[in-house]
Amino acid sequence: MTAPNTSTSALITASLRSRHAAEKRFRAYGIIAIATALVFLVVLLSSILAKGYGAFFQTQISLSIVFSQDVIDPKKTGDGQVIARANYQKLVRNALQARFPHVKKRREIKKLSALVSRGARRQLQAMVANDPSLIGATRRVWLTASGDADMFNKGAIARDIPEKTRRINDRQIAWLDALEESGALRKRFNVTFFTTGDSREPEQAGIWGAIVGSALTLVVTLILSFPLGVTAAVYLEELSVKNRWTDFLEVNINNMAAVPSIIYGLLGLAVFLNVMHLPRSAPLVGGIVLALMTFPTIIIATRAALKAVPPSIREAARGLGASPVQVVLHHVLPLAMPGILTGTIIGMSRALGESAPLLMIGMVAFIVDIPQGPFDPATVLPVQIYLWADSPERAFVEKTAAATLVLLAFLVIMNATAVILRRKFEKRW
Amino acid sequence: MSKQEAQVVGTQAPQETPRETTREAPRVNIAMPNNGQTEPAGKKPVKIRTAGVNVFYGDNQALTEVDLDIRENEVTALIGPSGCGKSTYLRCLNRMNDTIEECRVEGTVTLDGEDIYDRAVDVVHLRARIGMVFQKPNPFPKSIYDNVAYGPQIHGLVSSRDALDEVVMTSLTKAGLLNEVRDRLHEPGTGLSGGQQQRLCIARAIAVNPEVILMDEPCSALDPIATARIEELIDELRQNYTIIIVTHSMQQAARVSQRTAFFHLGVLVEFGDTERVFTSPRDERTQGYITGRFG
Ligand SMILES: Nc1ncnc2c1ncn2[C@@H]1O[C@H](COP(=O)(O)OP(=O)(O)OP(=O)(O)O)[C@@H](O)[C@H]1O
Ligand SMILES: [Mg+2]
Repeated sequence: MTAPNTSTSALITASLRSRHAAEKRFRAYGIIAIATALVFLVVLLSSILAKGYGAFFQTQISLSIVFSQDVIDPKKTGDGQVIARANYQKLVRNALQARFPHVKKRREIKKLSALVSRGARRQLQAMVANDPSLIGATRRVWLTASGDADMFNKGAIARDIPEKTRRINDRQIAWLDALEESGALRKRFNVTFFTTGDSREPEQAGIWGAIVGSALTLVVTLILSFPLGVTAAVYLEELSVKNRWTDFLEVNINNMAAVPSIIYGLLGLAVFLNVMHLPRSAPLVGGIVLALMTFPTIIIATRAALKAVPPSIREAARGLGASPVQVVLHHVLPLAMPGILTGTIIGMSRALGESAPLLMIGMVAFIVDIPQGPFDPATVLPVQIYLWADSPERAFVEKTAAATLVLLAFLVIMNATAVILRRKFEKRW
Repeated sequence: MSKQEAQVVGTQAPQETPRETTREAPRVNIAMPNNGQTEPAGKKPVKIRTAGVNVFYGDNQALTEVDLDIRENEVTALIGPSGCGKSTYLRCLNRMNDTIEECRVEGTVTLDGEDIYDRAVDVVHLRARIGMVFQKPNPFPKSIYDNVAYGPQIHGLVSSRDALDEVVMTSLTKAGLLNEVRDRLHEPGTGLSGGQQQRLCIARAIAVNPEVILMDEPCSALDPIATARIEELIDELRQNYTIIIVTHSMQQAARVSQRTAFFHLGVLVEFGDTERVFTSPRDERTQGYITGRFG
């Protein structure tokens, strides 16, 4: 009796070694895989951060602006409309000429003016509109520098590039240096970037329009796809009688999840724009299209979450006399909620990053105004990134990277919300 | 599955071949209700009557021609080897089999003379009248209070918070659990021990004030002390409820039940007063099972 026992033990000892080795190997694979993923993530993030960091700052030039009565309101009408339509560009030009009095030639003056953003006049206009008593006074004002001046100041345009191929010439560099020396040049947090819509001028271009567009689109997507998806999944999983018809539906839903997103864009174009005549470029239509795309993902995730709820809970509720809908609403759905939220957030993240279907319904248009509602023309973050990446100006390179960072931040916020919600639902049990 | 089982049984009980077992079955069956009727008068009225019940899972027949009368305010024990259809029978009585898609039930089951498989019967109402306690304790992942309160709430049995409190308290008291959970009513029911959870499930079932309570091996996961508690409880509950209990323990059946039904391979082999079934079984399969020769 002992003989077979010792030999069994010896056999186990022998097999243990290879088992331990296999275990170690497997652990090593896991660690290597995670390390690789982390390295990629860090490289990606740091490169975007390095590129986009600059866009969060903005060069400003300080000028002593004379709010001359002659330029703003020569007839002294005091009429707001007249004041609003005044030539503020001239105020900027006058101030620049006063700062650099020896610049006389028209072409030179033009070059000098090019250091200050064309948006500066709107800044001055707003100042006067807020406080009409400024007319006649003189104030030091920090004006936004032009994209090229900004790029030069941030070191993105090197001095040693030959003047011909440089976006900014030697004279302009000399002026900027002079301003710098007198403390009239500074870098400040770029509020414009986070408060305005797109613009042809890089220093005036902001991401806020795209953020609002994305938010509106996603709200429409969520409102449509979440209740529909969850209801459909609950019906298929809990209430319907399984038959050939539900099998057919299931196959189709799974296929729907695999359809390339651009097809949904074509569908949106054909149905919502051409047949139903919904507004072009609107978050409403974008949201509907993305909802169609997200819908199957939510159904599949919800069904998986429902399947994972132990059947004993359903039996307990049914045994007490709960109706099928009560079983679902009181017990199954709350227990499945964390899983449903996970699936929803995966679907919504995909929708947030989607651009192809939105191109089809015109959300790729150049839109300056911040959308006020789901019917206004808008663009979304990934499309904005695409548009800026396509722009030739040097200043848009950092905007592109910065917009990507904003998109990532948006994603992180969405995921964090989901995690918090999930915690809340899990706590209850 | 059942064929295999038949062969195993056959080898263990050498007097019979499996074929004879199945052929003989209907005869025994027909005899059983007669046995019940010839017993002395003065017995309690019939609460549930099943006649000619056949249950199929797909093509598999799980129950064959079961005729059984359950009397009011009595404990009826269902015994028999694993897979003989006890749970299936129990689940016929509150139509829990409805939710299993391939399951088909034939025959009649009446509660107080009313066919429960009639189209006019609402299963929600039926299950409120016939409560169920499952083999594995399955409290809802909610607080102890909410577990017990759930039934009365969905059926609208109480109109005020105080009334609900009272129902919860009396149910917990009846289930013999109140003293153990008095200070933790709002902690999750899933945090209780196995035996406490099972008593919580019983409290949950009686909170709806059902007429009948079905119990499917309620003590199979419990230690002897918890088992004894629940047996005591069953004996008390008998005053107000009709109880049908599935059990694998002969002793338990003998201790708690007034009447015992022995199932074998989907057939009701013997049914009668518990004492009689255990002391002088009429069928040799019953004899074999209760003496531990098979099963
Ligand atoms: N959901 C189901 N689908 C298919 N067959 C089933 C199902 N439930 C039970 N059966 C079959 O019906 C027969 C009776 O099962 P049942 O659960 O009623 O046995 P039981 O007497 O309760 O056994 P145990 O004592 O092991 O619980 C078995 O052969 C079983 O395989
Ligand atoms: Mg069973």
